[in-house]
Amino acid sequence: MGLDIRIPIGWMFTAVGGLLVLYGILTNGNAELYRRSLNINFNFWWGLVLLAFGLLMLIPALLKKEEPQSSQQPPPGQ
Amino acid sequence: MEVIKLAWVDYLIILAYTIFVVGIGFALRKYMKSSAAFLLAGRSIPAWVTGLAFMAANLGALEVIGMAANGAKYGMLACHFYWVGAIPAMVFLAVFMMPFYYGSKARSVPEYLKMRFDERVRCLNSITFGVMTMLTSGISMHVLADLLRQLLGWNYNACLWLTSAIVLLYVFKGGLTSAIYTEVLQFFMIVLGFAPIVFLCLKDINGWAALKDTLAQVAQNPQVVNVGSQPFPTNAWTSCWATTGHPANNPMGIDWFGVLFGLGFVLAFGYWCTNFLVVQRALAAKDMYAARMTPIIAAVPKMIFPLLVILPGMVAVALAFKCADYDIPKKPLEGRAMQKVLAALNEMVEKQVPPTEAFEYISKEAGMAMSQEKVTALIREHAAHPLPENELRARLQAAITENDYNNVMLSMLKRYLPNGLLGLGLTALLASFMSGMAGNVTAFNTIWTYDIYQAYIAKNKSDEHYLWMGRMITVIGVLISIACAYIAKQYGNIMDLVQLVFGFVNAPLFATFLLGMFWARATGDGAFYGLLGGTLTSALFHGLTLSQNNAPGIKGAWLAKLFGSTPVHVFQSEMAQNFWLACFAFTVCFLLTVVISLFTKRTKTEEELRGLVYSLTPRITDHGRPWYARPATAGAVLLIICLILNIIFW
Repeated sequence: MGLDIRIPIGWMFTAVGGLLVLYGILTNGNAELYRRSLNINFNFWWGLVLLAFGLLMLIPALLKKEEPQSSQQPPPGQ
Repeated sequence: MEVIKLAWVDYLIILAYTIFVVGIGFALRKYMKSSAAFLLAGRSIPAWVTGLAFMAANLGALEVIGMAANGAKYGMLACHFYWVGAIPAMVFLAVFMMPFYYGSKARSVPEYLKMRFDERVRCLNSITFGVMTMLTSGISMHVLADLLRQLLGWNYNACLWLTSAIVLLYVFKGGLTSAIYTEVLQFFMIVLGFAPIVFLCLKDINGWAALKDTLAQVAQNPQVVNVGSQPFPTNAWTSCWATTGHPANNPMGIDWFGVLFGLGFVLAFGYWCTNFLVVQRALAAKDMYAARMTPIIAAVPKMIFPLLVILPGMVAVALAFKCADYDIPKKPLEGRAMQKVLAALNEMVEKQVPPTEAFEYISKEAGMAMSQEKVTALIREHAAHPLPENELRARLQAAITENDYNNVMLSMLKRYLPNGLLGLGLTALLASFMSGMAGNVTAFNTIWTYDIYQAYIAKNKSDEHYLWMGRMITVIGVLISIACAYIAKQYGNIMDLVQLVFGFVNAPLFATFLLGMFWARATGDGAFYGLLGGTLTSALFHGLTLSQNNAPGIKGAWLAKLFGSTPVHVFQSEMAQNFWLACFAFTVCFLLTVVISLFTKRTKTEEELRGLVYSLTPRITDHGRPWYARPATAGAVLLIICLILNIIFW
């Protein structure tokens, strides 16, 4: 199949990770919110982890896609 | 359980996930040109993808919700479902069985049975499997919808239909390929979504050593948090084997033989080696090598999964024991049960029944354990001057002491995750249910289309027709699952019920496969009657035995009840009953198949059995691959690590 699953996984975690980092920055210092996560701004830190994972999936897949353009598309349905 | 509020960021995360899974289905739509592409993924997927999908398809409701529940209920003993009940069987599947499944070009497990034995065995297997898949799927959907309702206050029916609609959409569009690809995405979602809970709860309890200390106190006083009535040895919650000498010494109520033979051999091999739900993922691999590596790759994350799903359950028990601000969630008293209890309460007050008697009657009507102190206080106050119904309801709910273990994971999610991560955790939960359901639906549609529809109902139709049928049955399968979800609404502990179903259907099945693959003399008659006999043995065993604290009926001994006699044997726990049921069913199926085979004529020639039976199939050699990339050596390494884990947590 012509779909490299690393691409949607990569995009999704990059997006979700970015969102969490952003939300973490916006809510930084909100003691009420972060009491649950033992007073750590876990949105920010875990968002960074997700972001890194997303990029780790995405970048090699995108680099590989650019190289052999012609052989990437096998004829559909065998 | 009080309802929690989501913020915009939580909804955005759930939305992003939904867009991506549905998007994968739409991206793959253009490849779905034949029934083989739709139902078998065209045998074109790399090993790491099928491996993670293999893992994720099994990661349904049972894993995340059920295993956290087991972690709370049984502690480290729940690890047996991984280190005894999964890894050895997965390695066996990869090394010994995959060459036959993949090499025979069978499109499904029942089709392999037809090639090896005959039409009858296939028919029996495909029908029982079909029923089982739909039941499992329904159970997991029910659990999801019910939890979302309790946690978020969402509507039960809306949750059920909406999540099903999303699964239906991407499976309908992209078939098995789409199910497999989304399962990989879901796998990462589940791991990364639940990991923060593990980190935070372990930090909260001050690490593993402190957890062990607290759990030792729990084991000594289990009645404090309602996880048992008698004291256990101090290591009951924190060791895998040390307390399995006698069933009364551990909270699972099992002995080492039941674990080793019942779970580790019969149930595990029956599940991992013959269940088309997981085998189908390996059959979609691009070549024989990728197919054999699929279970091996899946076994790596499987081995460390207890950390993600069992540990939070164990921490929950420790927290409930130690902290004033946390308690294991209690069973909800609602709907008809609440009406019954309210009526009972009013009746008792009216008739001025003595407190102890009144309490017994009320808790019997509720069908669960209640606090005597709270109920009698309530009766006294209500008799003195009638309380408003709202207050009665709240106080009756507060008097329930019966733990709702299925809610443990969500209570941890609620306790530790702030908005943002909360959305991520919920998405992980949704992902686990969707991957399980998509797995069931794709296995069901293939079995139906190839093993039932094409085999018995409409032979020799065009491939377009079967593709059309595959799509139609996908829709119907989802609808049947929804119906099963409503059925499942009536039953209590999900894991036990599913174990029971596995026991009935899967336990004897492995005997059939074992003999079929390794003994050329096994005949179709032997396999068919052996399997039938094994399944009947399951039913008979279940009908005659019972487990402690259960009334005869759905939990067993229904046959004994029918004839008005007492159960033949009463086990310490349902788990023990299930393990022993599996042992009996397997043994009967094995012996019957051997005996009948010896007395009946072979119908398949040696030539026909080539590629289907071990002794008649050329060995696959892996020369030229490094040792770690050979299924056999990689499998051996996994088994050794598994053994080490068992010893560390002995």
